[in-house]
Amino acid sequence: MGKQIFRNYGIPVPNGYVVEAESQIKPFEKPVVVKSQILLGGRGKSGGIKFAKSQQELNDAVKELLGSRIRDLKVTKVLIEDMINIKKEMYVSIALDRTARAPVIIATTEGGVEIESVPHDKIFTRHIDPLLGYSDFIGREAVKFMNLDPDIAKQFMQILSLLYKIFNEEDCELVEINPLVITAEGKMIAADSKVIIDSDSLYRHKDFSVVDPEKTPLELEAQSKGYAFIELDGNIGVIANGAGLTMATLDALTLHKGKPRNFLDLGGTDNSDIVANAFDLVLKAKPSAILVNIFGGVTKCDTVANGIVMAKNKFSIKQPIVVRLSGVRDEEGRKILKDSGIDSYPTMMEAIERVVKVAGGN
Amino acid sequence: MSVYVNENTKVIVQGITGHQGSFHTGEMLVYGTKVVAGISPNKDGTKFMDKVPIVASVRESLQFEPDATMISVPAPFVKDAAFEAIDAGLKIIYVLTEHVPFHDSLEIVLNAKRKGAVVFGPNGPGITSVGKCKIGIMPNKIFKKGNVAIASRSGTLTYEIVDAVTKSGRGESTVIGLGGDPVVGLNYIDVLEQFEKDPDTEQIVLVGEIGGSNEELAAQYIKKHVSKKVVAYITGRSAPPGKRMGHAGAIIEKGVGTAESKIKAFNEAGVKVADYPDDVPSLLD
Repeated sequence: MGKQIFRNYGIPVPNGYVVEAESQIKPFEKPVVVKSQILLGGRGKSGGIKFAKSQQELNDAVKELLGSRIRDLKVTKVLIEDMINIKKEMYVSIALDRTARAPVIIATTEGGVEIESVPHDKIFTRHIDPLLGYSDFIGREAVKFMNLDPDIAKQFMQILSLLYKIFNEEDCELVEINPLVITAEGKMIAADSKVIIDSDSLYRHKDFSVVDPEKTPLELEAQSKGYAFIELDGNIGVIANGAGLTMATLDALTLHKGKPRNFLDLGGTDNSDIVANAFDLVLKAKPSAILVNIFGGVTKCDTVANGIVMAKNKFSIKQPIVVRLSGVRDEEGRKILKDSGIDSYPTMMEAIERVVKVAGGN
Repeated sequence: MSVYVNENTKVIVQGITGHQGSFHTGEMLVYGTKVVAGISPNKDGTKFMDKVPIVASVRESLQFEPDATMISVPAPFVKDAAFEAIDAGLKIIYVLTEHVPFHDSLEIVLNAKRKGAVVFGPNGPGITSVGKCKIGIMPNKIFKKGNVAIASRSGTLTYEIVDAVTKSGRGESTVIGLGGDPVVGLNYIDVLEQFEKDPDTEQIVLVGEIGGSNEELAAQYIKKHVSKKVVAYITGRSAPPGKRMGHAGAIIEKGVGTAESKIKAFNEAGVKVADYPDDVPSLLD
């Protein structure tokens, strides 16, 4: 997807085409790179990239990659791209520096590797005042730092200015070219790209359907239902309200030698159905016990209690449920739970000690 | 004395007729906040709860001499609403709304700064000057007047800690939610500067989370410029690297901004860090 955006904005990318079946392979003309179209970092390391110097090698590579699995994701599309004659690999990106409240350009002539491994004195770093935006004087600073030849410098400045345009117009958190290749013919090409769009801005970028490659199927299901949900590798299901409190719950569990199975933030809600449906997600993760930690405010404790009772009946939950309710309408909430035979506690610590005890080992 | 807002602060609400806006305006009135007007182009000329006049624009509300605004409009309209408030000269701008694109937040925050205005949020619980003025969504009943100032990047976790401080027999002077988004108006250093000057504040609690380097910068600032006692709580220490935990702000970026690095920085600045939210009061005097 990154390359398509680059192409639309006029940043040079390698010629290539995508196939979903062997029958779509075009006649072999020149050496190509065959890449699995999985949105995943470390693709090369997972064996998702092959080189082909003949029609036979190309057919074999496509056949092998299509239908293979990389980190549990089935490869359904393969990109066939002209092999580039690489003379030098550089790196350039623009990302948000949240502490500085400004985008920052990072560029180096030492590309093709993880940027973290490049020595600091080889890296050009420059913040952009968002109210002024990008201007060529910034590009001139960059090419001087990297000591680029005039012809290469001209191409770099053009690419950098387009990169900032993408960052801004497409609401990006990150636009990255690694490697930014200088070919033997002296042309600059974005050989690989990464574009991360701010998910809060998707309402004004309806042409993108962003699938987070790091997300599990259950996380994607949760996302489509509007829950902030992350799978972890423990055995205690967690439902809490507010991202901060949910994180604090996981931390406290971990300090008590409990192992959280997930992060689920209910957010601010006053709807029992939202609470009940959260259980549906957590149950799919097959926890051995479930902890609910609520500090009532906008989310009232009795609403949550009703949701818990609803879920227990609807999903015939067998696992122990331990609940902490404090804040707005906590007394009422605890009474509702007690009448349904569910444990509840007024403090987070009591609930955590209890759930760790009943959950047992992994 | 108090910081940012006080008993005389006059507040308008942009989006007063929405679900969130109307509920929280009601709660603010109960708390005693001087809500002088609401903005809603469609309800121009009517009254909220039979007492707060509703006008069509921020400029029209200037007849009521407002100092501050609470913005509770859908995310796509936040930038326009904030610009309207900045343009009208308001100096305190609180954005309740979550999911504001951060490119919009950048423009809001930088333009506010240029005009000498302060932005709380986006995506935070607001500010409460205890017993004087509440702008935002913090529950009314958790506070008790006292000398502990609290600043936090989260919402519910803030209430948890305020509640713990109150239940320990202490009380709060000012509680500030900075906001959980990647770009927000204030950082810890801004509020530490205010708390240090505030005669009503004797001790300070910072509630931080993983991601970014604001806590580390705060620690350096405390070492040099803060004479009052500061304690902290950091959440996200069990979070796996690279995973987002709800707040867009809370992501560990390849070892930078980890809980360990923040706790270490605080300890080096003489700031004790509580293991659990409930433990915060035990670290206070």
